[in-house]
Formats: sequence, C-alpha cells, structure tokens
Amino acid sequence: MARDMSDKDILKMELEQLQKEVKNTREPVSKTAKEICEWVEAQSAEDPLIKGVPEDKNPFKEKGGCIIT
Amino acid sequence: MGEMEQMKKEAEALKTQIEAARKAAHDTDMASAASGVAPAPRVQLKTRRTLKGHLAKIYAMHWCTDNRLMVSASQDGKLLIWDSHTGNKVNAVPLKSSWVMTCAYAPSGNLVASGGLDNMCTVYNLKTPVIKTVKELDAHTGYLSCARFLSDTEILTSSGDTTCVLWDLETGKQKTVFLNHVGDCMCLSLSPDMNSFVSGACDSLAKLWDIRDGQCKQTFQGHTSDINAISFYPSGNAIITGSDDCTCKMYDIRADQEVISYQDAALNSGVTSLDLSASGRLIFAGYDDFNCNIWDSLKGEKVGVLSGHDNRVSCTGVPGDGMCVCTGSWDSFLKIWN
Repeated sequence: MARDMSDKDILKMELEQLQKEVKNTREPVSKTAKEICEWVEAQSAEDPLIKGVPEDKNPFKEKGGCIIT
Repeated sequence: MGEMEQMKKEAEALKTQIEAARKAAHDTDMASAASGVAPAPRVQLKTRRTLKGHLAKIYAMHWCTDNRLMVSASQDGKLLIWDSHTGNKVNAVPLKSSWVMTCAYAPSGNLVASGGLDNMCTVYNLKTPVIKTVKELDAHTGYLSCARFLSDTEILTSSGDTTCVLWDLETGKQKTVFLNHVGDCMCLSLSPDMNSFVSGACDSLAKLWDIRDGQCKQTFQGHTSDINAISFYPSGNAIITGSDDCTCKMYDIRADQEVISYQDAALNSGVTSLDLSASGRLIFAGYDDFNCNIWDSLKGEKVGVLSGHDNRVSCTGVPGDGMCVCTGSWDSFLKIWN
C-alpha cells in the first residue's frame, strides 16, 4: 500500500507519525532494564531449557530400547 | 520553500528531538544492568526428533497451544501437522499454491492458516471429517509473510505490500489495515496480553501497534537491513528482532530504544527466524549459515549453538510450555531439541 502512495503522501505519513511519537514518554533504561532482569531471573528457575529436562519427564526423550516384562 | 521541503525539514527536527529524548533515557544499557545477574549455563541441547516428510524447503512452522502438535509449511506444496511426541504425521493439507511463506495454528487447535506468494491467507478447519478450506482472505497486494490467529474469529497478517491486516474470519473481510511501514512487512508477533503487536519490515524498522485503534504507537530503529524475525519478550515490555544485518536486537518498549545487540564479528549470515525460551533468558536465532545460535538475552553473549541442519534454518519455535525448541530448514527436515 505504501507502494501506491506518492512521495509526498509517504512523507506526510512519516511526518504525522513523528508528530505522534515525539510526545511519547520514555523511562530511563536503568529502571526498565533492571525490571526486565528481575522478571527473567524470577522465571528462569522454572525455564525447562535452562534448568534442563529430567529424562523421565522428557516427552521428547529418544524412543527405542526394550521393555522387559 | 516547497511543501515537501518544508515537511522534510519538520521531520528532521522531530527526529532530532526524539533522538535527544532517547539519549536522555539511555543512562545505561542492558548488559550493564545485567552485570549482577549470574551467567546463563552453557546450553547443550540434543536433537530428540528429526521429522522427515517434507520433500522441499521448509519455510515456516508453528506450535499448537497443546505443546504437542505443530504445523509446518514447505514449498513441496503441503502443510504437515505433526505429533511431536511420537514424531508421526497427523494430517497433510495440500496447498493450492506451493509458494508458501508462513503457517499458523489457532490457539483453539481447530484451525490452521497458510499464505505466501499467492498474496492470500487461506484458513483450514482441521476438525471437520475431511479438512476443509474455510476462508481465503484475499485483499493484500503483496506476498503474505506471516499470519497469527488471535482466536477462531480473528487473524493478523503481514505482507510484502507494506501493510499488516486484522481480518474477521466470519466475514472474510479486513477489519483494520495497519499502514505505516515503507518496506515489505516480513514478520509479526502478538503481545502476551493480545492488545498490541509488533511488526518488522524491509525498511529496517520495527513498529508497535495497538490492535484495536489501528495506530502505530512506537517505531524502533537501529537495524541496517531487513528485519526477518520478531518476537515479544514474555514479560511484554521488550521485543527481540533478527535481521539480514546479521544481528539480533532487544528494544525496550518503555525506554523506547535499543538496549542490547546480539552480534559477533565472526557471524556474517543473516538471521531468518527466532524464538525465546519460557523465561526469555535464551534467544534461539536461526541463521542463513545453517546454524541456530543461542544467546543470553540479558548479557548479550552466545551460550550455545544448534548444529545439524544441512541448509539454512528458516524457522524456529518454542512451544508455550518451553519444553523444547524446534528448528525447520531448507534441508526439508524439522528437528526438536532439548
């Protein structure tokens, strides 16, 4: 759709978007990054690809082998 | 001064203002903020399944919310539905057009969708006695690069025509057109709360959109080439992107800027796909060099690699329960690792 637009219309669209975005509030990275780290650390303990999946609970463990009854 | 010159001048002034505001918020970066975080363990995952069945390059895959079934799309002209636990194929959906670029599983498990160079998004019902095409969503004027269901009644698509569209699956009509990118849209990701989504495009920008009011809220710069892959961070306040410029980046939504870049001088292949582990700590990024590299999202270090494909890794997906990662490749195989 941007393909059908004239250079002028594209410029107008970009300008209008910048006029909106300039008003956005921005929080300091020191605060936001710290919160992301805290969130991730809290979740990591239960992240199967970090803590590992025990063989007996792994639905994807390799098949094969014999079962002796 | 001509009107266009006037607009260009105003745009430049606004860009300068925005950069200054971002700089003022940039009192640190993610790697520094994460300096106190314990390093992620070296990640060594094994191939648990190699799913063989496609006869040509695989372009896309998507997990079902049951964490067991998945759909894959190949230019052999088929969608295959796999039971990842047994490795068996559950269904095969023949496609009208073999030039498929994306596939998606609805959260309910009832529907799947595909699309590509036919410019359409086709939706199929898996639960009827014979799989039926229920809708052909036909309004994009460019290829379909990505599709994601919000529910059985709404689907979001991204297109080479530079737009993203929210469709009503009951009427088959466009509900909302998201227009602001000036290059092909290549990928999209829904926010965890489903109120917004992010898109990545060939204009090297990522954009955050409000699904309901149709507005672009934020634009993220930094990449120097096409953004091929994008994902919301599970916390909902950051996004990860992957690009042809060979890097992945994290953009912090509240700080409105890039906070870390995942790159390596030795890596000179583009990123094709990515997904995150359940906590967000690990990024699994597929590259043109046949590997999937594993990055520590907080510290920016490479902590592992998944090697095993004989061609480009084109798609990567972690199921909702985080129990494994699936890679799909141009070598026609899907591999499941944990």
